[in-house]
Amino acid sequence: MAHAHTVKRYTGLMDWLTTVDHKKIGILYLIGGGLFFLLGGLEAILIRIQLMYPQNDFLDASTYNQVLTMHGTTMIFLAVMPIIFAFMNAIIPLQIGARDVAYPFVNAVGFWMFFLGGLLLNVSWFFNGAPDAGWTSYVPLANNEYSGKGVDFYVLGLQIAGIGTLAGGINFLVTIINMRAPGMTFMRMPLFTWTSFITSALILFAFPAITVGLVLLMFERLFSANYFDVAAGGNIVLWQHIFWIFGHPEVYILILPAFGIISEIVSTFARKRLFGYSAMVFATALIGFLGFMVWVHHMFTTGLGPIGNAIFSIATMLIAIPTGIKIFNWIFTMWGGQYSFNTASLFAAGFIPTFVMGGVTGVMLAAPAADWQYHDSYFVVAHFHYVIVGGLVFGLLAGLHYWWPKMFGRMLNETIGKFSFWTFFIGFHMTFLVQHFLGLWGMPRRIFTFLENQGLDELNFISTIGALLMGVSTIAILVNIAVTQMKPRNAPADPWDGRTLEWSIPSPAPEYNFKQIPLVRGLDALFKEKIEGKKEMTPAEPLGPIHMPSPSILPFTMSIGLFIAGFGFMYARWDFDNGFLDAIFGHYIVAGAGLLITLVSMLLRSVFDDHGYHIEVEELEKEVHA
Amino acid sequence: MSATHHAHGSLPAEPEKATLEGRNKILGFWLFLGGETVLFGTLFATFLGYNNVKGIGDGPDPAHLFDLKLVALATLILLVSSLTSVFAVQAMHRHDKSKMLLWFGVTVVLGLAFLGLEIYEFVHYVHEGHTFSTSAFSSAFYTLVGFHGAHVLFGSLWIALLMLQLVKKGLTVVTAPKCYVAALYWHFVDLVWVFIFTVVYLMSKVG
Repeated sequence: MAHAHTVKRYTGLMDWLTTVDHKKIGILYLIGGGLFFLLGGLEAILIRIQLMYPQNDFLDASTYNQVLTMHGTTMIFLAVMPIIFAFMNAIIPLQIGARDVAYPFVNAVGFWMFFLGGLLLNVSWFFNGAPDAGWTSYVPLANNEYSGKGVDFYVLGLQIAGIGTLAGGINFLVTIINMRAPGMTFMRMPLFTWTSFITSALILFAFPAITVGLVLLMFERLFSANYFDVAAGGNIVLWQHIFWIFGHPEVYILILPAFGIISEIVSTFARKRLFGYSAMVFATALIGFLGFMVWVHHMFTTGLGPIGNAIFSIATMLIAIPTGIKIFNWIFTMWGGQYSFNTASLFAAGFIPTFVMGGVTGVMLAAPAADWQYHDSYFVVAHFHYVIVGGLVFGLLAGLHYWWPKMFGRMLNETIGKFSFWTFFIGFHMTFLVQHFLGLWGMPRRIFTFLENQGLDELNFISTIGALLMGVSTIAILVNIAVTQMKPRNAPADPWDGRTLEWSIPSPAPEYNFKQIPLVRGLDALFKEKIEGKKEMTPAEPLGPIHMPSPSILPFTMSIGLFIAGFGFMYARWDFDNGFLDAIFGHYIVAGAGLLITLVSMLLRSVFDDHGYHIEVEELEKEVHA
Repeated sequence: MSATHHAHGSLPAEPEKATLEGRNKILGFWLFLGGETVLFGTLFATFLGYNNVKGIGDGPDPAHLFDLKLVALATLILLVSSLTSVFAVQAMHRHDKSKMLLWFGVTVVLGLAFLGLEIYEFVHYVHEGHTFSTSAFSSAFYTLVGFHGAHVLFGSLWIALLMLQLVKKGLTVVTAPKCYVAALYWHFVDLVWVFIFTVVYLMSKVG
């Protein structure tokens, strides 16, 4: 028999480099995304320190541009998206009653592509400077004439990370469509799974567009193409169209999973079924659809004319309707419930008014005539931070405290948790509320300093203090994690009296998730069983051996190969002082070697069959009594 | 779900859909093709955006440069290769491994022939002064057509690799879905070419 019954298990670092277990990959995403989150937060604090006083010289203009660009790029691509992926990996298979994701190997590829792409982007700090053309990398600013080598790191780093994101999106779509437990119909899926499903669909249709955009910019910078050179017939507005036809859906890629997390938490802690479940599902789908219809609202001032502007203005305002439905459903879920406050539910409750404020300024910006006034001002900065920090980051922090026991088997400390909530909540509003007024009073975005006595001094100072307070909160969260990590792993399977399937199995989940696949008999599957007096789910199958995929180092080597190739392409036209470096980079030897590593890894994956291994019944039964 | 269960000639009628892994692979691949559609859609949009600036710079006018006879021959070759890949999948459903190898082999040969013509075409254009850096139009042309060419190259190598797997491991429920999705990919690449033929070449002649 070709079955490899000997269980391949690695330990220590090798275990993490080779794992294909979706729960471990979830933890890797959390660590990777968390590190980049700290980096992006540090960059934010540097920005705010520079803008604390008028005509400050803490950072020079060029460094400021790099810090500003890297803050935006890091936060969007390397921090919040991976943390979303962390929860999707850790929770979705548990919520739908599956033993694994559809492609465990591809899942690992996705993580390593993200991580090494992000690393490539960030090592730019040590090689000729970080990207400095803004996270939107608008041409002609991002052309060779006006920006440094850092933009090459931007195009190649994001390209590699983007492959990982696309792989993750397809993986979750297939997992959710094909691998739900018996009885888990689409209209019984928990809202986090639903929103992640729509998010994955958005990733599938939005990321190839940015891929093309990055390729065009790469060809323009590295191979003398002419897409954006007006003298050669190029057009710079093309970049904006391509960027935003990806970039606007990206906003919904980010926020929808946060909506899902909030729905789970509000319903759990109000001890009520989610109000208007089916309306929530359809609102999510509608937001996903409309997300593709609004990209021009980022370009009202490029002069596309009144008809285009009017259509995209209306489409943008339409999104307020399904979003409003969601807000009301959360409020109605809390209404008459017994909402209990802990860290997770505080972050969820704090999310609702904060996100509404971001939505209201969004409708303001959606009116083209008004947008001419707000465009490129600090008002816009305030708006999108209310949506992305006040919405998404609140949602992620809520999810972090909610699912921590399921991911790590330990309960986070509530006292430190509540401290971190209040410092974050107050710090957030202090930082960004005042930025609305700064914008309306004439402060442009992206500037590295401002003149004194123009009415901008005090509010900029307040804003910086708020940012530092959020920094304090972040430190508190880290302390909380460190303190928790030193305690024993004693979290109960179901610490919150949860409603969905992930709470029906031990914390942390065993490597095979479900010993027997559960039979789902309704919405809030576990809660339905609890109402009928049962302690656990009814199994849908007899106990049998469970098939597991084998660990593999190939996802890691594939990504390392692209990482090396990235350097090769970037420095192919660079003049090195060192003759040896000149020779190997100048003839694309480094680029070729990197691609070869990736291709050989793919070949090995193709040639050697891997049948995985089985966990036998005796072993499963042993763990029951352990 | 290993291949060995079916090693004794008990393959189901549609071996590519016999296992959950196989069904996952096929569904995921259809979704991937959805993403590829957006990728090519963006490249087409870029090309169309620059279609009105052809002839700008020192480059020759593509209406005189493009040789429709050559492109028509390439089109014919690629469309026939789609048909031969269908024959390969039909052979798979009959569990006829040698016919599968034959028809996939023909598909790869036709794919490489198409690539040869495309390389010849590109070299010819560059000698006429229509280079990658001549104008925004020429950059967009080489990007769109070149991306498609890269897909043909990748598909040819992929199918060749699968033929090796078929020889080594035989037709099983593990190899069948791989062959099936490779054929899907090949059809997709052909379909994109039909649009390129129309939008890039025919429209340049009439526009």
